[in-house]
Amino acid sequence: MIAILQRHADEPRLDTRAFDLLCLTMACVLGVHASHLPWWLGVALALVLMVRWWQRRRHGARSPLLLKLPLLALLGTAVVVTYGTIFGQAPGSALAVGLLVLKLLESETSRDAKVGVSFACFGLMAALLFDQGLLATLVVALGLLPALATLRALEPAQAPSNLPQALVPGLALLAAAVPLALLAFALVPRLSSPLWGAANRNEARTGLSDSMSPGNFTELLTDDRPAMRVSFDGAPPPPRQRYFRAYVMGAFDGFTWHYAEVASPAPVAVEASQAIHYQITLEPSHRYVLLSLDVPLDVPPGAHMRRDRVIMADKPVDELTSYSLSSALRYRLQPSLDMRHQRWLQLPSGFNPRALAQGQTWRQHYRDDREAIVRAALALFHDGGFRYTLAPAPLGRDSVDDFLFGTREGFCEHYASAFTVLMRAAGIPARVVTGYQGGFWNRMGNYLLVRQSDAHAWSEVWLDGLGWVRVDPTAAVRPERVSLGATAAAGDQLDWMQSGWLEGLRNRWDVVNHWWTEGVIGFDALRQRGLLTPFGISDTGTAMLGMLLALGTALFVAIGVGWALWRRERPEPLRQALRRLEAKLARAGITRRRSEGPQHYLRRAARALPSQRGELERLMDRYLELRYAHDEPVPELLREFQRAVREFRPRRVVK
Amino acid sequence: MRDALRRLQQLAERRLPALTRFRRPEPMPIELHRRRIYIVPTGFGIGFSVLLLVMLVGSLNYSNNAALLLTCILGAAGASSMLIAFRALDGLALASVRAGQAIAGESLALTLEFESARPRSAIRVDLGTACQAFAVDASGKADVTLPLATTTRGWQPLPRLRVWTTWPLGLFRAWSWMHPAQSVLVWPRPEGGGPPPRLPADEGLRPRLHRGEDLAALRDYRSGDPRKHIAWKASARLGQLLSKDFEQPESRPEWRLDWRELEGMDNEARIARLARWLGEAHVQGRRHSLWLPGQPIEVGSGPGHYARCMSALASLP
Repeated sequence: MIAILQRHADEPRLDTRAFDLLCLTMACVLGVHASHLPWWLGVALALVLMVRWWQRRRHGARSPLLLKLPLLALLGTAVVVTYGTIFGQAPGSALAVGLLVLKLLESETSRDAKVGVSFACFGLMAALLFDQGLLATLVVALGLLPALATLRALEPAQAPSNLPQALVPGLALLAAAVPLALLAFALVPRLSSPLWGAANRNEARTGLSDSMSPGNFTELLTDDRPAMRVSFDGAPPPPRQRYFRAYVMGAFDGFTWHYAEVASPAPVAVEASQAIHYQITLEPSHRYVLLSLDVPLDVPPGAHMRRDRVIMADKPVDELTSYSLSSALRYRLQPSLDMRHQRWLQLPSGFNPRALAQGQTWRQHYRDDREAIVRAALALFHDGGFRYTLAPAPLGRDSVDDFLFGTREGFCEHYASAFTVLMRAAGIPARVVTGYQGGFWNRMGNYLLVRQSDAHAWSEVWLDGLGWVRVDPTAAVRPERVSLGATAAAGDQLDWMQSGWLEGLRNRWDVVNHWWTEGVIGFDALRQRGLLTPFGISDTGTAMLGMLLALGTALFVAIGVGWALWRRERPEPLRQALRRLEAKLARAGITRRRSEGPQHYLRRAARALPSQRGELERLMDRYLELRYAHDEPVPELLREFQRAVREFRPRRVVK
Repeated sequence: MRDALRRLQQLAERRLPALTRFRRPEPMPIELHRRRIYIVPTGFGIGFSVLLLVMLVGSLNYSNNAALLLTCILGAAGASSMLIAFRALDGLALASVRAGQAIAGESLALTLEFESARPRSAIRVDLGTACQAFAVDASGKADVTLPLATTTRGWQPLPRLRVWTTWPLGLFRAWSWMHPAQSVLVWPRPEGGGPPPRLPADEGLRPRLHRGEDLAALRDYRSGDPRKHIAWKASARLGQLLSKDFEQPESRPEWRLDWRELEGMDNEARIARLARWLGEAHVQGRRHSLWLPGQPIEVGSGPGHYARCMSALASLP
């Protein structure tokens, strides 16, 4: 550090404007990273930034080495203590942002500022690794403005401007760069497989998981981010049929339901009588499972169907994924149970004795009338004083007993879990299915937006002759859950979200988001290869892309060079007026020769048009006076001359 | 290393004038146009493109399209700044050069007058080791003053000027050479010390005082003094007639500096001595004339006269 300071001691120091802009740049980087930095680190770095800004502005002094080195050590220690390592996306970006802010402490010359700005650009880009939504990208792109303005401010001798004015040229430059940037974006060949480690491996997983215990949806049900978007060929199914299945869970350990791997490759039989075709765009979930509307009939490429008709992709959904599927809306799923149906009746021993007793009571009462048992259970939920809430009381060891006979409040997980246990106790094969239910039909975009908060769990029971039948016990308690959604059903919270214009605004915004995720974020190697399909080229290879990129760039370079070379010719009114007169005379057959002076020419014209001799001589005198009597033509005389030229009509010579 | 590069550059310019666009002196105004503006990336520009490349590979690897879009925009903006750098110089004209006055060995203030149809920022001119930045405002004119090192008296042709800019982002450096066909006159350096000029022979005979307007003293009345010169009040007080004595302080005798009086010295020594005398005469405010072979200069004084004499001296063969 000392060596660097000494080497560049002779460089001119940064002026105040450049340093202010540099601080603003760093503040932008800190701002876009703030959401995923530990709050105390963000606050500490912001403080360092402000103190440094104030100190240099007030005292114009360098910061002492004694301060810089401990701060550097402190930053390293903080990152290691917080994350356990300095490698990886989150600790790496925390360290980078910290180093950038500390770089301000020793930024004194324009060289320091240039290095700082370059790495600030990198820091801005790194923020997009955490969130590449439309809004985040726009904010980050605006963060480039102070960076560009800093670079501009480093140039000597410019017209004075205030701080906002200093940002404007950067905006113009970015705007001018957009067409070329879009071209490059569309044509830079995408990698079909990453060069090194895939991103987001260690990121906390959100969304549905392959196990379910009462209460673990709570976070999900208040998460408003989109989970997927579905567009249908033809009319969308009615809301009551919008059940998107993810996992089919059969294994219960008394508290948690698990999705058990079913090794058998052949999916169970389904007799479908009404099918629907649709496309799903799934947000990254970092899991293998692909959602499907109810019972899927086929499998998209790059995925396979398990025994329970659960579709699993071959690799985790780490990026936006689109696929097409067909599903059955009316069906008989697995009309005949095989030998292993016992696993749909399995219950752990020693748990939930009261629920087991209840189930056995129903069994004795209704004998083999399974539908009656189902009705009895739903009646229990409907009339038993159960309450739907997103914030239920916690449950103990015998979770189903506690829920059924104690708290009596909960949401879909509680109901599905308790209902399935009751059914199994009554001897009916039953299982829990998780997925999403409902969604919002976006009329503008003609697609169904399913949010994380639409996560749902329901039950399936196996009935003779019908196969697996979906039973949604939550609907028995709160039918609005199925028709309106979880938050609406919870009633007390967030109901302003549903009201009028705000909801409309949100849905319009989602159309934009949808367009962004589809068009920009989802533009992958596969889509790129199909880029030229409308022009009859079904597979655009890398060489083709490179050639197009070179051609397009050359075109833009030509436009740019044309702009750069273009010099505005200031049209001279006097010359224009004379040209006009020449044109009129030329139509009358008197053309001005090359190298013929105006005086000679007009004299010749006057001779050729004797009837207008006086007029032409007056014009000539006026022209000569305007041209040669003054440095600049007198405006009034010029206007007069222009009018005279306008009114002049050459009359043909009668020969 | 740097010296070796400079030697290589000089060699290349001598041997390959067409390739290196070694500019012959040309009359003013010199207007820059596309065929004489060159652009190369700066060191910072190269570093920045490496960074962009890293960003590109990173965003491609993580198939992060938002980051890729950001990288593309930044790269396109950087590339566009090349055109802005070009436009900063294109159409800029050097209208004239005004030279100041300097004696050999001192630096001469050279004022370059630039003209432009539109405002420009952050343009720099290099003259030898001196560098000066300037901007052209809406008036379309800008004056830049640069020091020009001088060594010997006489006409000194102007060296090549480099006009360059890294506007707007410092990623590209656009430059052009201007070689105005103009020379500046460098005055001779006066000698360090020596004899004063020989005064005209009648110097000692001249009366110390001569009649003037200012009252100098009172003296005894001598017959023949004009009546209006008598100091009546003072005479009344003293009881004898006193006369007012008027005088004008004698200016220092004028110097007639002559080339021919310095026989037996070589040309440069003569010039140096004359230059010293001219300088002394100018400082003392003494009227002087100068005779040089072929160009006699009449008696005079003041800065204009001094400059005329020095220029005449400087342009001696």
